[in-house]
Amino acid sequence: MSNTAQILASPESDWDAWFDRRFDEKMAERQAAHVPSMTIIATKGTLDMAYPPFILASTAAALGWEVSIFFTFYGLSLLKKELDLKVTPLGNPAMPMKMPEGPGWIRGKEIPVPTSLMSLVPGFQGMATSMMRKTMDNKGIARIEELRAACIEAEVKLVACQMTVDLFDYAKEQFIDEVHEWVGAASFLPRAMKADVNLFV
Amino acid sequence: MSETMHTLDASGLNCPLPILRTKKALAPLDRGEILEVISTDPGSVKDLSSFCKETGHELLSSEAAEGKFVFQIRKA
Repeated sequence: MSNTAQILASPESDWDAWFDRRFDEKMAERQAAHVPSMTIIATKGTLDMAYPPFILASTAAALGWEVSIFFTFYGLSLLKKELDLKVTPLGNPAMPMKMPEGPGWIRGKEIPVPTSLMSLVPGFQGMATSMMRKTMDNKGIARIEELRAACIEAEVKLVACQMTVDLFDYAKEQFIDEVHEWVGAASFLPRAMKADVNLFV
Repeated sequence: MSETMHTLDASGLNCPLPILRTKKALAPLDRGEILEVISTDPGSVKDLSSFCKETGHELLSSEAAEGKFVFQIRKA
């Protein structure tokens, strides 16, 4: 007797058991064959906010996921050939302001002045940026350039927002050649719909 | 064991570099070969375990010694 005939000849409770077993098997098969995917929308162009999209994308790619990042508004500057990212303490009260080096009495100590006040000092943004870079280097944190290169190597799709280029009068030559495509929201959303993970940064 | 041991020293590197370097170091190896990873990033203990689970590589051992973490991974 064939498998199907056997099942049809058996009591109905056996059909249920057979179906449940086959269903579980099929689902496990599907799950094993499924390649996870992630889409990220990167909207910020500061040194600190450049990290989340590139860290998550490069790590997900290392896990074997398919990843695209949609760079829009200030996030688009993360795709420039020359990265000149800055960090500002302004409007960022949680940013710890600590000297990365210097004599023991000052190194690693929080500067007891509100960030909003510090930001009024001319040139403070440049100083805060170099302090942050120094701290990151000391702690073995990857440079954004390195993480971006890792994303490119792992075939993360770097998608640029066409509208932003027009809005800020950018020239496409300012951006790296690895930009996968220049599109708008309507092109990105269908990809996001199919992804397992969607993040807005 | 007769297999040659490959070593990756990821000391001093922070998240997600130990993972990215491990992935890179595993790529040219043959299936079944073992990679030893050394790191100083405490986060890499859980992250490498999660990396192995997700990618199918086998985490043979994970040890902490003198401020360093040593992992042995068998390539799937």
